[in-house]
Amino acid sequence: MLNIENLHVSVDGREILKGLSLEIPAGEIHAIMGPNGSGKSTLSYILSGREGYEITGGSVTYDGKDLLALAPEERAAAGIFLAFQYPVEIPGVPNATFLRTAVNAVRRGRGESDLDAIQFMRLIKDKSRKLGISDEMMKRPVNVGFSGGEKKRNEILQMSMLEPKLAILDETDSGLDIDALRVVADGVNMLRAPHRSMLVITHYQRLLQYIVPDRVHVLAHGLIRRSGGPELAHELELTGYAEFAEGAEFTDGKAA
Amino acid sequence: MSTALSTSPVWLSALRAEGAARFEQTGLPTQRQEAWKYTGLNRLKSFGFEPSPAGSSVAAPLILVEGTAHRLVFVNGRFDAAQSTIGTLPKDVVLTGLADLLRNQPERVEPLLGKRAQAGQRPMVALNTAWLDDGVVLIVPRGVAVDSPIEITFLAGDTTAACHPRLIISLGDNAEAVLVERHLGSAAGGLANQVAEIDLGAGANLRHYVLHAEPAASMAVETVSATVGRDAQYRCFALTAGGGLVRREVEVSLQQPGATAQVDGAYLVDGERHSDTTILIDHQAAHCSSRQTQKGVIDDDGRAVFQGKILVRPGAQKTDGYQLSQTLLLSPQAEIDVKPELEIHADDVKCSHGATVGRLDADALFFLRARGIPEAEARALLIQGFIGGALYEIDRPAVRESFGLAAADWLRGRSQPSRNAESTAS
Ligand SMILES: Nc1ncnc2c1ncn2[C@@H]1O[C@H](COP(=O)(O)OP(=O)(O)OP(=O)(O)O)[C@@H](O)[C@H]1O
Ligand SMILES: [Mg+2]
Repeated sequence: MLNIENLHVSVDGREILKGLSLEIPAGEIHAIMGPNGSGKSTLSYILSGREGYEITGGSVTYDGKDLLALAPEERAAAGIFLAFQYPVEIPGVPNATFLRTAVNAVRRGRGESDLDAIQFMRLIKDKSRKLGISDEMMKRPVNVGFSGGEKKRNEILQMSMLEPKLAILDETDSGLDIDALRVVADGVNMLRAPHRSMLVITHYQRLLQYIVPDRVHVLAHGLIRRSGGPELAHELELTGYAEFAEGAEFTDGKAA
Repeated sequence: MSTALSTSPVWLSALRAEGAARFEQTGLPTQRQEAWKYTGLNRLKSFGFEPSPAGSSVAAPLILVEGTAHRLVFVNGRFDAAQSTIGTLPKDVVLTGLADLLRNQPERVEPLLGKRAQAGQRPMVALNTAWLDDGVVLIVPRGVAVDSPIEITFLAGDTTAACHPRLIISLGDNAEAVLVERHLGSAAGGLANQVAEIDLGAGANLRHYVLHAEPAASMAVETVSATVGRDAQYRCFALTAGGGLVRREVEVSLQQPGATAQVDGAYLVDGERHSDTTILIDHQAAHCSSRQTQKGVIDDDGRAVFQGKILVRPGAQKTDGYQLSQTLLLSPQAEIDVKPELEIHADDVKCSHGATVGRLDADALFFLRARGIPEAEARALLIQGFIGGALYEIDRPAVRESFGLAAADWLRGRSQPSRNAESTAS
């Protein structure tokens, strides 16, 4: 589904991703862990098409297409979804208006017809209730005045409405209380499907108890330094990232 | 002067002559004057200020605000009785064209004319006074509320001439009214130089909404002078979504304790249009409060000016004054001049002002695009969100809705000359 090869990315002349390779087959959930500032969010932004990065080498293939050639909205229509580490506030735009615009834009991009207001309401009602998002929050401007946890739940609501093929969750668990973590994990697990892949970026093993990954990767200093099964997350919890210090040797650079 | 004017009462002829003499002396305002620092009237240099002859007819569009029962239509500054519906008003309320009242009961107008908007320091008021003839008179006696909005539509025919409407609004103690002005101008050009004199008695409440949706060829200069009595409330919102040059000068005097003023607005400026909002809130008494919230969206080579002054006179203790200006610039050439001013001569007051000027938030734009919304639509959504925040200050849902539609029209037609042609089609 997703194949990243030898990806080099710089910001303002400083190299952040230094030849990163990663393959995520359809239907698999991969987790990325790694120290602060190692380039995890940068990778998620590159995959979703944010501007301001210089891609100096490598390639990203998604569903057989050159992903990097697509505009962000084209990627969304093609099934890429990023749950932001820091969801953006949009004053003056009601959450419901935003979501309906997004759903219909993605549907149009996929050659489907628009949902009318009633169809949309029907669809969102059930999903928002499951995520504990009130009608009142749907009327409020996108993320404005939302608590940290509410913002994250709102991201998952968007994901479940847009039904992506490749969902990238960038620290969706941080800032969530234990109950909210469950709610979010349930939301993610409901979307698990043979044709759907996920890239879960997290600092905590706990999320991976709820969303059990097929593979776990360690991203440090711009490279995947090690890959393994779910047990790798446990190990990291105990050992930390000392072994991945700058310049340290690494062996398994590419995920299977 | 025309024969219609020559039959006027002596005091009126004197008032006009005084205005004419004054304007003769001052000429047009220049940018050397503080109040006109950022707005030049060069394009009026060779303009003839004489009103166009009567007789032109333009069909007015449907009412703007749902639930409006009283409607006055003006064509080239002249009251068009045929297209107007005064409707049923509470007892003793006067709502009529100014020219009619000057003809039939000049004594009702005399005490109200030229009392608030004085020609002395204001060339454009002097010019309006020189040609004083028609306009609106609204007199609401003490304790009476006119519930339905009163809508005044200004149209212009195929003329490049000027008009000088005068609005006389007088609300007695505890009286209430809602006024909606809608300026549609003409594609031929022309100048509307309007003066409004507003007097609110104790406990009175006036809601005043103004929409400018003229074609880019039209120019509008407005001077509003309001005096607000004890515990009375003047609240206005102006949406400028059209007009090549729109200047709104609003002066509100809070004369008695407990008086409040809220002067809000939004200006949407594209092409080579120019919008100027100049506000003076004159706190003359203690325990008065005022708010100004002005939001601008400027695109292309558009230019906007916001000058807002809070003047706190000696003795006006416990004044609560607030001012906020927020501007969204959409093009590299778009420009805003913001001049907030506080002049405070009392020691126990609370006054604050803030101004921001920014561009569309790149993070927000990316967020929307990452959710599948194409760039142009995402930009429009962000702009709409910003304007929505501005219109939020309109506390009448029916007015907010119709102004929202006017803003949406602007948003859709931005940089498309055809929009201007459309808005005058009758
Ligand atoms: N736009 C930018 N300008 C300058 N530096 C940047 C920019 N974006 C990222 N960086 C730098 O790139 C590095 C990687 O940042 P990134 O946000 O990808 O880290 P991360 O792995 O997501 O960290 P965290 O775990 O704290 O979220 C950091 O050193 C960061 O300061
Ligand atoms: Mg990060």
